[in-house]
This record gives sequence, C-alpha cells and structure tokens, in this order.
Amino acid sequence: MSTQDNRLSGGLIDRERPLRFRFNGEELQGFQGDTVASALVANGVKLVGRSFKYHRPRGILTAGSEEPNALLTIGEGAYAEPNTRATVAELYDGLSAKSQNHRGPLGFDVMAVNDFLSPFLSAGFYYKTFMWPRAFWEKLYEPIIRKSAGLGALSGEPDPSSYDKGFLHCDLLVIGAGPAGLAAARSAARAGAKVILADEDFRFGGRLNAETYEIDGRPGAVWAEDTAKALAEMENVRLMPRTTVYGAYDHGVYGALERTGDHLPDTDGKPRQVLWRIYTKRALLCAGATERPIAFGDNDRPGVMLASAVRSYANRFAATPGKRIAVFTNNDDGWRTASDLAARGVEVAAVIDPRDGSPRAEIPGASVFMGDAVAGTKGRKAIREITLASGRSLAVDCLAVSGGWNPNLQLTCHQRGKPAWNAEIAAFVPADPLPVGMSVAGAARGALSLQAALTEGQAKAEAALSDLGFKVSGEPVPASSDESFAVTPLWHVKESKRRAWVDLQNDVTVKDVKLAHQEGFLSVEHLKRYTTLGMATDQGKTANVLGLAIMAEQRGISIPEAGTTIFRPPYTPVPIGALAGRARGKDFRPYRLTPSHDWAEEQGAVFVEAGAWMRAQYFPREGETHWRQSVDREVSTTRNSVGVCDVTTLGKVDIQGRDAAEFLNRVYINGFAKLAVGKTRYGMMLREDGIAMDDGTTARLGETHYVMTTTTANAGPVFRHLEFCRQCLWPDLDVHLISTTDGWAQFAVAGPNARKLLQKVVDAEFDISNEGFPFMACGEITVCGGTPARLFRISFSGELAYEIAVPARYGDALIRVLMQAGEEFGVTPYGTEALGVMRIEKGHAAGAELCGTTTAQDLGMGRMVSKKKDCIGNTLSERPELNREDGLRLVGFRPVDKSHALKAGWHFVSKGSPTDMAHDEGWMTSVAFSPSLGHSIGLGFIKSGDTRMGEIVRAVSPATDSDIEVEIVPSHFVDPEGERLRG
Amino acid sequence: MRYSLLKILAEGLKGNTGWTPVWRNPEPREAYDVVIVGAGGHGLATAYYLAKEFGITNVAVLEKGWLGSGNIGRNTTIIRSNYLLPGNEPFYEFSMKLWEGLEQDFNYNAMVSQRGIINLYHNDGQQAAYLRRANAMRMAGADAVMLSQDEVRRLCPFLDFDNARFPIKGGLMQPRGGTVRHDAVAWGYARGADERGVDIIQNCEVTGFQIEDGVCRGVETSRGKISAKKVAVCVAGSSSRVMSLAGMRLPIESHVLQAFVSEGLKPTIPGVVTFGAGHFYVSQSDKGGLVFGGDLDGYNSYAQRGGLPVVEDVCEGGMAVMPMIGRARLLRGWGGIMDMSMDGSPFIDRTSIDGLYFNGGWCYGGFKATPASGFTYAHLIARDEPHPVAAAYRLDRFQRGAMIDEKGMGAQPNLH
Repeated sequence: MSTQDNRLSGGLIDRERPLRFRFNGEELQGFQGDTVASALVANGVKLVGRSFKYHRPRGILTAGSEEPNALLTIGEGAYAEPNTRATVAELYDGLSAKSQNHRGPLGFDVMAVNDFLSPFLSAGFYYKTFMWPRAFWEKLYEPIIRKSAGLGALSGEPDPSSYDKGFLHCDLLVIGAGPAGLAAARSAARAGAKVILADEDFRFGGRLNAETYEIDGRPGAVWAEDTAKALAEMENVRLMPRTTVYGAYDHGVYGALERTGDHLPDTDGKPRQVLWRIYTKRALLCAGATERPIAFGDNDRPGVMLASAVRSYANRFAATPGKRIAVFTNNDDGWRTASDLAARGVEVAAVIDPRDGSPRAEIPGASVFMGDAVAGTKGRKAIREITLASGRSLAVDCLAVSGGWNPNLQLTCHQRGKPAWNAEIAAFVPADPLPVGMSVAGAARGALSLQAALTEGQAKAEAALSDLGFKVSGEPVPASSDESFAVTPLWHVKESKRRAWVDLQNDVTVKDVKLAHQEGFLSVEHLKRYTTLGMATDQGKTANVLGLAIMAEQRGISIPEAGTTIFRPPYTPVPIGALAGRARGKDFRPYRLTPSHDWAEEQGAVFVEAGAWMRAQYFPREGETHWRQSVDREVSTTRNSVGVCDVTTLGKVDIQGRDAAEFLNRVYINGFAKLAVGKTRYGMMLREDGIAMDDGTTARLGETHYVMTTTTANAGPVFRHLEFCRQCLWPDLDVHLISTTDGWAQFAVAGPNARKLLQKVVDAEFDISNEGFPFMACGEITVCGGTPARLFRISFSGELAYEIAVPARYGDALIRVLMQAGEEFGVTPYGTEALGVMRIEKGHAAGAELCGTTTAQDLGMGRMVSKKKDCIGNTLSERPELNREDGLRLVGFRPVDKSHALKAGWHFVSKGSPTDMAHDEGWMTSVAFSPSLGHSIGLGFIKSGDTRMGEIVRAVSPATDSDIEVEIVPSHFVDPEGERLRG
Repeated sequence: MRYSLLKILAEGLKGNTGWTPVWRNPEPREAYDVVIVGAGGHGLATAYYLAKEFGITNVAVLEKGWLGSGNIGRNTTIIRSNYLLPGNEPFYEFSMKLWEGLEQDFNYNAMVSQRGIINLYHNDGQQAAYLRRANAMRMAGADAVMLSQDEVRRLCPFLDFDNARFPIKGGLMQPRGGTVRHDAVAWGYARGADERGVDIIQNCEVTGFQIEDGVCRGVETSRGKISAKKVAVCVAGSSSRVMSLAGMRLPIESHVLQAFVSEGLKPTIPGVVTFGAGHFYVSQSDKGGLVFGGDLDGYNSYAQRGGLPVVEDVCEGGMAVMPMIGRARLLRGWGGIMDMSMDGSPFIDRTSIDGLYFNGGWCYGGFKATPASGFTYAHLIARDEPHPVAAAYRLDRFQRGAMIDEKGMGAQPNLH
C-alpha cells in the first residue's frame, strides 16, 4: 500500500475513517470525505487516463463535474460504470477504479502512436479519405475506426442496480448550495416557503469548502455547515445533497438526479439513484461558475490543473497536486491559489501573469513573472518543466492555470435562451428571456465576489417569494470580506510552439479551430460539428468559450458576434437506468389479468401477451405435445359440443342518455335507431377519413341504455373517439359514456350444447330457449340463484353461442361454475388460438384485417353503409381512389395442394406474372389450420377478389423462399349459411 | 479541391496549410433560375442534383441560419428502405441506392455504414406484418431477411430474451440499412453544389414570396429581393410557416421529436435495433455514442425542445429491450420539429401557384430520404414532371383518397 505522500494537514476529511480502494489494481488509501480524484492526488497519482483520439497521457484537470480527463470505470463486473468522473465520485471502502481507453497498460498505451500521426489526423480528416475502394469502408476502415471508438466499455450484462422515481413540489427550488444558494435558502425558509435546496456535491457550501474566506467571522466552510444544519431542522425545507438538477423543462418543471447509493459499498437493496421531477413555483439558479483554462503548448500534460482545483484539493481535501507548483493566471482569483498553497507550506515556484503591472500578492519564495505567459511544458507522463514566452524554463511538478471564470448558466438556456457577453468578466452571463419562473444569483449570474453572491442570493430569493405573496423579513445579509475580481482575457498563448489543447477529452487543438476557420466552418455550430469541440462527456464546460474565442479571433469579430452553441439538457450526463426507473424487465408495463386468470393458471394454460393483457392462448392437456393438438381439440370440442372462452378483454362501453340511439347512429355506418330493446346488433365504425376503424356489437338493454363492445386492441382508441365525438362534435346530445371493460367478466359459451350448459347456470325464471331468447337477443338476468348478469346471444365462433357477463368480482366463480356445469358435455375451455381459428373459419375480420388502411367495402361490408343517414367517415369514404373497380376485397384462400400450410404476410401474384411490385395484387392477412376442414385456410385482400372466386393465384413469399398456388374462395369456410348460430 | 488519402498525407507534411474553404459565402445576386428555400439536407441535395444531373447551375440556396441547421443536423442518422407501400418503397430503395454511391459521387466521406437494421417483433401479428413488409421490400428489389429468435440472439446477445414483458420472437432485418454521418451529408452536398456554381447563402431568411397573377417570380428575404424563374421550398419543420407566406395551408402539423446520445462507449451494438413493443430505437456511432430515440412528444410545437416524460418513456423502452445500457449515461438530448403529414408520407409536388414548388411532410423519416428527395425534387423542378419513384407524393392525394399510410393511423399526425 502506497502512502499518502501528498496529504497535507487540515481539510474537510475524516482522518478517523480511512478507506481502502484500488486504482488499476494497486491498493491505495484515502479518507472519508475524499473523492476518488482527491484520494489519487493525495497518493501522488498523476496519470489517470488517455485522451480520445491521440491517446495522450492525461491527469486530473478539475475538482468538479466539469472534468474532461479523469474518467474512470468504477466498480466490477455488471456493476462497472464507465466514464465516471473521478472528481465527483465519492470514495468508499473497497472501491475499485480502472483507467480507460488504452491498449496495454495505462503507462504504455500502444495506441499513443496516433499522437505521432497527428499531422494527418487533423479535424475532419476522415471526411476526406477512406472512400476507395467503396467496399473497404464497412470491411476495413470503419471496423478499425470503431475499434478505437468510445472511452469506457459497458459490461454487456443487465444493470443489476435498482432505480426509483418521484415527484416533488415546492415554492422555491434553489439550485446549488454555495454561498448564494445557502443565503437564498436561509432567507426563503425563514419566510415560511416550501424550499428545496439541491447541490450536486455531497457537502453543502460550494466554493466555500475550497476557499479560505470568512463569513460572519467564521471560516466559510463552517458557516456553510452551520447554515445547512439550521435548514435541516426546518420542516418546510428539503435538503438534497448529491442531487444534480440537470434540466429545466417547460412550466417550471426541473429534472433532478439524486445519487442515493453511489457513495456506498452496497446499497442494501435500496435504489442506487432516484430521478426527481421537481414542480416549482419559482427556481433560483445558484450554480456558481466554472474556471476555464488557457491554451498553450502541451497544456494537456498530467499535472496541469485548474487553479481553483488546486485550491480545492489543498484546502478542502488536504491533498496537494504537487510539491513544487507554478501558477499561471490572467486574473486576481488565480493568485489565491499561490497564497493558499504558500500558507499551507507547499512550495510555489512561480506566479506567471500575462497582465502588466505589479504582483497582485506577496507570495513567499515564489518568482513572479508579470507580462509573461506559459508557452510550453515538458514531461511525458507528468509535467516536469514549463517554458515561458520569455524563454525562461522552470522545473515544476504541477501547473495551476486560471483563464477566468464562466458562469454555470446552462439551465438558463435549456429553453433555447441565449446568453449575453459580459466584457468586464470576459464571460457569457445569463440573459433574458430566462425560463419562466427562474432567476439567477451569484457567480452563475456573473457576480464573482463572495459578498455579491451572499447579497444576491438573499435578494433574489426574497424577490421570488414576494412575488408569490410571502412576507419576507429583510434581515441583514451575512458579511464577508469582499474580494475583487479583475481579469484580462487571454485565450491562447501565441508564442506556443507545440499543439495547444482546447477540448482535452476530444483532442481538439488550437490548430483544429484554425483549420475549421480555414476551411470555412465559421459558424460556431459548424466549428463544433467539424472539430467535435464541446461534444465530449463534459459538454465543453472548460472548452467551449475558449474555442469560440479563438474562432472569433480568427474571424476578426467579437466573441458575442460569433455566438454560442445551444445548451441542452442534461447539465451532466444521466444514467439511462435512472431515467427508466422501475419500468424494466417484466415491470416495463403493467399486466392486466382476466378474471379467469387464476383458474386458467390452475388448468396449466399457456398465456400470451395481448396488448396490455395476458390471455390464455391454449389449454394443453396431458399427452398433447404440440400446441396445434390442443388448439385443434379445443376447436373440435367447441364445434361438436361446447367450449368456454374468457372474452373480458373486449372493450365495453356503457352508453346512456336520451340521445344514445342517435349517438350510435352517428358513429356506426349501419343504422341503430330502430334497434329494439332486448336486441343486439353488429356494427362497424369508420374513422373520420372513411377507413374502417373497429367493429363489434351493441346491445340495447333499455330505452336509453346500450352496451357497446369493441375489439380488445381498440378498446382505448374507440372510447377516446366516442368521447371526442360526444364532447367536441355533438355536445348537444344527451349521452354519457363509461368504459366498463374491467367492470364485467365476460365469457363466450359456444357450441351445440351451449344452451344446455347455460340453462344449468341461468336462474330458472329466465327463458333462454331459442324462441324466448333468439339469435341476437340480449337481456339482464341472474345466475346461480340471484347473481346479476347479462346475457347476449352473439357468436364469433359461428356456433350457437352466448356471451355471459357478471360483475368482475364474480368472474372467477363463474368460470368454475360454467366448467362444472359443462362437465357432462365434455366442455373445453378455449384460448385465443382456437378463438382465432374459429373466426377465420367464419371469415370474421379482426386486427389483421382492420389494419387502418382498409374500407368497409374492402372488408366486404360496403352494403352495410346506410345511405339513409350520415355517419362519421361516410363522406370521405366516397373518395374515388377508395372506390376503385379493382380495389382490394377480403376473401378466403385455400392451398391447391392441401398439404401446404399458408402464412400470413404472403403476397398474391397472378399466375404467369413476375414477382415484383408492379404485379403485387394483395396479401394474406390471417391463416389457420382448420380442424373442421382438415387443411390450412387463409383470409386476405386481393384486387377485385369478390369477382374472382375459384381463380387460382400464386401466394409468394420471396423473403422466405416460397411460392405456392392458392384458390380464391368465399371467406365463410364453415357453415356459410349461418344455420348453427340460429339453432 | 479533390479529397484523397494522398492529399491528406501531402497536407499533413506541409502543416495542413493548403486546405481551402469547402464552400464560398457569396452575396446574393439579383436573380437566379432557381431559388431553393432551405439549406438543410434536402435543399442542398436538390441544388447538387440540379447542377450535376440536370445542368441547372444558376441556383441559390437560401438559409435562415447556418447550412445544415435543420433536421439534417439533428436526427438519429439512420438509413433504410424497409417500407411497405408501393407509393413509398421504390422511392426509399432509390434513395438507398444513391446512398450506396454517394461518397464517390460527391467525393466526401459521409461514412455511409450499412451495418444493418433489425426491427424486433414480439407477437404473431407483428411477425405477419413484418413478413408482409419483407415481401413487399423484396418485390421492390430491396433486401429483407426474416430472423428467428435464435438468429436475433446471435446478432444481439445483449437483448432481454429471458425476462421481458414483451418477449422477443424474432426480427425483420434489412442488411443494407445502417447509419450515415449526418452533418457530413449536408457538407458534402454543399461542397458539391458550391463547386458547380450554386450560391449557398447563409443567414438569409425568406420573408415573403413575390407572387403576381398566380405566378411566383421570386422571394423577399432579410437580405433583399431575389428574383427567380422557379422557387422551390424545402424547409421541413418550418413548412407550414413558410408556405403560409405564400397563402397556402398544408396537410401538415408540426410536432417535436426528441433524440438522444449517450457518452462514448466501446462498440457493443452492431447495427440499428428497433423495439417492437415500445418506442425505442438505437444505433452506436463511430465515436461510440449510443444514438437513440422514440416517440413524438405528441403536441403541436415549433419549439425545438421536448419534455421530460418522453425522455423517460424512451429510456424505459431502452431498458426493457437491452438492460445492459442502464449504466450508460444520456449525454445530450435535442428536439427537432417534424413536418408531420396526415398520412405519414411526404410531398414532392408543384403547387397551385405557378413556379412555386413544395417538398415537405417528411415526418421523422426525412434523413434517409435525403438523396432521393433531392434527386426527384431536382427532376420535378427541371422537367416539370414528377420522377417516377416520387409520383405518389402529390398534394391532392387526400382529396382523391390516395393516402400512403404505412402505419394505418389515419389523419392523426401525432400517431404516425
């Protein structure tokens, strides 16, 4: 175990709780309160990864979520999480981290050869080559390119963690718990508002934890801790550390990711992360600012770090990134790094400030170079030496760089707002219009001093709350030493002799930006897309403004004239697993189970997903080894004796009102005005555009009371359609609709013995004889001695059949009663397969025929369209192309060679015609093996089908290499006269 | 300038100083033979083919923003010709053939990568529908293969076969389907058109049409009036707004569609995979990002941004079909405006105003159509008659009842 050579004294770590972890297999130690990055710094580790394109050695650049370099795979096996920023990953005992994107060991990456080829791999080089010969792209070039794609790797295993989601509501959401955010939350909380304070860090305080400021006479970090403690005790406040508010959506909704378990060795079955949708009345963005680097030669060496990050590591984590550090800054803030380091006893070799004038601070032992700049670095895997523009060289093992600060304004642009340029701080700041309800305070707004952050935080919170009608106290603002901030922009050190990096992760250099300019990719969007600037996992947080400034310089225009690219959610990347939450695996969508489900399970039924439902597909019996045996038996038994099928899934709509008949008349193509009470009628409805929408039966139970059934698949859409008609088209009609699909358990009882069976179940006072209850009769009855029920004499199977419905809670009992009553007839339950076979044998249309492009005429129901009345879809169904002479017609098909099995999806071509699109005449929609006929049968659409009975055509399937002859036949394969169902 | 490996080597050795701008930034002239409105993929392709195939080079392409800033710059880069209906399939197959020769044609590597597209199916009904489609594709001269569950498993072992709410039963594969580097398509066409003399004028917004006696004689723009013998509009998500300047209403609604990309990952997903029981499709780019998307947000909008519920819905679909992506992070999402037509199919047609042409209604399928759309639109503009493979894309088809409704959803654009 290596020692923590670079550990300093003090800091906000818990030395009582040492933690072991591994980096690339080497065991190291850190403390509770460390991030993986700070622990690596403490252990003197400089080289942590390789860049994307050139595989350059890279070290830690930042101490926050903007990190472009230090991306590690954390965790093992299925838990391995690629591209995790070491700078925000909390250390826990036993953590295992691995570096990414190298072939061979991290220290000797063979892919680093790319760096030597860099003159040929400039921005966009791949658009100009790899084109010859044509076939080589997929076979040779692309596989090589793809091999080097990406940084980390997915495990390939299902994600073993669990995730959760939730909703939160508040008066004020404060995003960021630095000085501005804490001051804001404090003030809002005291006013009694419902406040949420969220911060991506695990410790509240923001920069206060990394600086040596004092507030109200206390160290800033202590003030932050005290303030957070006080807030935690208030009931109207919800503190959310480890929570990144990543997106600002319409209507004041914010997306946030809370990392509830990522800092624990084991989440103990609890969710690893929670995705929150936060509904806010007001939001205050206090997200602070991000320091930006300066581009100079070889500025990507491990050991080159942002000056603020060096302060974070030294002050907060008590870990120094080097033993002899130089500071390169174009602003006053950077000087704090030098003074803080010196105060902690770290040797500061030099401060280099490109501005003229006198040194901004007294740094013991440090050489100061005003009006100079760093132009190059040396050292392969870690920085050894820096070269100044003036030609001097200095030996250092760390270079702290500050090019100024960029406000973290991303969320202000998520609704396509554009930031404005503030020349005073040389940075973009938020500009109107902000998302509705959002305001910004502190560094995020460009107020770069501590006192301004505190003052603004409180003032903006008070303004938001007054706006909501809260009484605000106007108490005194916490007092701090006011720090001045002055910057003179420097983007690129022109004296640099070697490549200077702009986007570290994607390896975009100043040269690439210049090349983009040279080739005419002038717009910032073109620059971004051509060079990939800002498209890496850090979304250009440290790179974008730099690249933009260099482009503006090239074009000879100002930075605001060059414009910015658009910020889009998320602020930092969000795991797909968290966005999916619990909706995965079997829980992807809820199941709906039919009332007879438990019973069917007891029978050993095989189930099938039917939309949202699980339905019994067939009921295998002992000795049946193939599903066809079961289905054939279910069909034969039903056709010869009696079968029972759960048809609860069919949509049911209860329709009541004085105008219910008129309403039905308007939605169905056929007439419903004269349907007598106690009768049921088949109906078809069209969409407004004249295409067949759905079919089913509607029963008239009373003068003003109807019950409609729809197909299973269209239960929702039809109900929606009916509601639209009722509410929007005909609000004057007195009609009311309720979906009762789930309210009634409904069973089809079909077969020659159906009546006999039912007579044992239906209470004796109800006459269900053929005369008393003829075909298409319906009525409200009781069963089993008084249980309310509805009975419909309708048939989908073509047999003498009934559908009997009882309130859903009696469904399980009823199926058991029916089966018992049917025992003497050898009753069989039948599933969706047998149901399908029997409906195909009868030529009934179902989903495959009602496919959204076919008309009533195509379905052979053209004559059903009543000419005496108007209905939805009537007019548009008369358009000429829908009424062509050679239009499609639904007909039956049977194989000429009866041993052939038909398949749905085959196309029809006339004998002698080529198998091409010009000669395509239609397609097979549904097929079944008909146990009644002993061969395969099919339904399908074919041009002018109704006039081609007996014609032999080819059914072709080039995709499965088949081509057989079939005969066009009427679609009623069994009992064409319909005698059985009236029997 | 001709691009080649040799050129790259030569330039590399002399410090890459010899590369020249890929296109000019010309000032608009007073008059052109043809003015194309919109320098998106389709507009640039139209200009390119007008110049290259039909010899019409006195052409300007006007663009409100930067060239390629429309949906060519925000899509999921998929190409395929796996359509069903006779009005569509020959057109998309024509497009596929143009893709296959595109890079050599315009001397720009757009990374046309035919790694295949697999549409998963989850029940018998879907299987039948896909077989019908596969056969339609084969009969139109395209490629299509029906995959069994085992074959899908071999190609995509990471899919959830064992614990799925909607089990995967197999798939329809088009091996020639794949992806293309979308921006490079815009740049390649722009460069090719520019080389042939076409003026691509960026930051030039069309603010009106000069229509006299039912004849369109030019456009008014933010940079002055420009006369033209023919004006061809090609503005996708802005179609209804731009055509309203000519007093036309279109059978189009504008909807938001979001798409997403993950952080860069080592390659795991071979081609394009689409989930058949939820709204999710995915491919992996040559940079390693998972590029994925799903359903429309569902409401009319011109705002190029979407809402959180659809992000969640898409990720749910992703986790349902390939639970290995749980620890991949969504890096960026964006919203594009889709010109959703009433039957889900596009228009390439003359309008009732002489000299004014319209190309639009691409819904969310415009990217793959780019070459064929450009070619057939150029054909229509040059010859005043529709190209045979685009003959069905007429504006009057709803009046005639000749809809091209692949999904059978009817006139409900948010469901296509």
